[in-house]
Amino acid sequence: MSSSSLSLEEVRRIAALARLRLAPEEEERFAGQLSAILAHVEQLKELDVSGVEPMTHALAAGEVPALREDAVLPGLSPEEALAAAPAREGTAFKVPRIIE
Amino acid sequence: MAVADFQTVIGLEVHAQLLTRTKIFCGCSTAFGGEPNTHVCPVCLGLPGVLPSLNRRVVEMAVRTGLALGCAVRPKSVWARKNYFYPDLPKGYQISQYELPICEGGEVPLTLDGVERTVRLVRIHMEEDAGKNVHDVSADGSSGVDLNRAGVPLLEIVSQPDLRSADEAVEYLKSLRAIVMALGVNDGNMQEGSLRCDANVSVMRRGASEYGTRCEIKNMNSFRFLRQAIEYEVRRQVELVESGGRVEQETRLFDPDRGETRSMRSKEEAHDYRYFPEPDLPPVIVEPALVERLRAELPELPRARAARYQSALGLSAYDAGNLVADAAVAGFFDAALAAYGEGAEAAKKVANWLTGEVARLANETGEAAASWKLTPQKLAAVLRLVDAGTIGGPGAKQVVEEVFRTGAEPEAVVKAKGLAQVSDAGALEAAVDKILAANPAEVEKHRSGKKDLTGFFVGQVMKETKGKANPAVVNALLRKKLGA
Repeated sequence: MSSSSLSLEEVRRIAALARLRLAPEEEERFAGQLSAILAHVEQLKELDVSGVEPMTHALAAGEVPALREDAVLPGLSPEEALAAAPAREGTAFKVPRIIE
Repeated sequence: MAVADFQTVIGLEVHAQLLTRTKIFCGCSTAFGGEPNTHVCPVCLGLPGVLPSLNRRVVEMAVRTGLALGCAVRPKSVWARKNYFYPDLPKGYQISQYELPICEGGEVPLTLDGVERTVRLVRIHMEEDAGKNVHDVSADGSSGVDLNRAGVPLLEIVSQPDLRSADEAVEYLKSLRAIVMALGVNDGNMQEGSLRCDANVSVMRRGASEYGTRCEIKNMNSFRFLRQAIEYEVRRQVELVESGGRVEQETRLFDPDRGETRSMRSKEEAHDYRYFPEPDLPPVIVEPALVERLRAELPELPRARAARYQSALGLSAYDAGNLVADAAVAGFFDAALAAYGEGAEAAKKVANWLTGEVARLANETGEAAASWKLTPQKLAAVLRLVDAGTIGGPGAKQVVEEVFRTGAEPEAVVKAKGLAQVSDAGALEAAVDKILAANPAEVEKHRSGKKDLTGFFVGQVMKETKGKANPAVVNALLRKKLGA
């Protein structure tokens, strides 16, 4: 898609996917801001980077990131894990009924 | 309805839990079971400010699996976030691989109706498992969330839509299961969910050039459910098309109680996962030296092992296939044969016990071969007791069962249960004489040519001796007394 302007409907959809509830004026404002960001990316796309490998991380050439050995480390007790939970049932997090 | 007018097209996505000690991105134990939230830490709970750190064994097992299946292993693969909200996913995203998975291509061999073929793979990627939702935990109908499983490492193995029937899909899964078990990367336990699969199913009229719209079926944790779900789904789609309807692309859940698949509306809008590269994890670099080491360490794979059992040991394709379906059972077979003897006859005897009585006991108790109390040495000892005439067939069966359940020494079981055969002709002669004296009419018929009555006399002597008489000795005595 070459158009970089985002409709209100698209903003609502993205907000819904992110579980955000936006007020109507926020929808307007974010549509404008997001469109500006997309326009900036459109501008960047004018550069020819066909010979450049996409960089997602700052890794030096030939660098092999360290891996963790497969050895058990102490974790949290259930009490610690549940300390901030709004509700619990035994040692499980209690959540509203999940319906499939 | 004309299912036969349609071609079924199936692709499977298999999730295999890796046999690591710890989770994929933290040092929590992967042990199954246990009270909820006893194997958790800030990383797998998705608390703010933590960094995942990749488990070396996960990469090794992914590469090992890829090499065994003939995949191309990417020297550099990348993690991605798959974004969706669900109570069992504490971070609001699953760390997975998307555009650059660790393995691509490859194939899985399968044999259906005696015909060997291969099914192509699209890819294999690494990802973390979600937690577990526990339904109806309290009187108010709330659900519970247990995050012990959150962050357990998985391989997702994705096939091409190369499968053409439910039978073929089941054989594919059986073959793949045997391979990952032989590689030691997965325990093959479908009931506990450590190996599970989703199926993409569509139908097209025979001769059509384009695939029909597919549905993804989830939640199949046994070969039987996989077959049932595919067969149901094919009938549903054919009926829909035949009646002028259209198959909607959707996610469906298999309900084993009803034997049906049904739409999972809840998953519909979540299908926009907005993948993007995971900023918290560097790319996975697989160096050539690691690939070569892992290639050199590959074990004999099930298909090669089954071929060897047939060509070198003379086993039937059926027996060989049964033995190699579980690498631990095949290992037991090798060890028991080494302890017992050599050659086709010995191999056949060991295989018969393993695929017969021992398999029956293992099924009944649900015990994995690695934890059997019956050892290869003990099974070999039972076979030697049979060869020596110490016990007969029925006695051997009792000994194997007792050893399987208790781990006792075979000789001790024979003594304790009084299973030793009586092979002493002197001791058996009285019993034979008694039976012959008690059945004069049968003796007369036998003398006048009705030789198949020998079996009757043997049976009577066995009854008289409570099954302990050595049938060979009884036969010899009967021949002597009745004339050849």
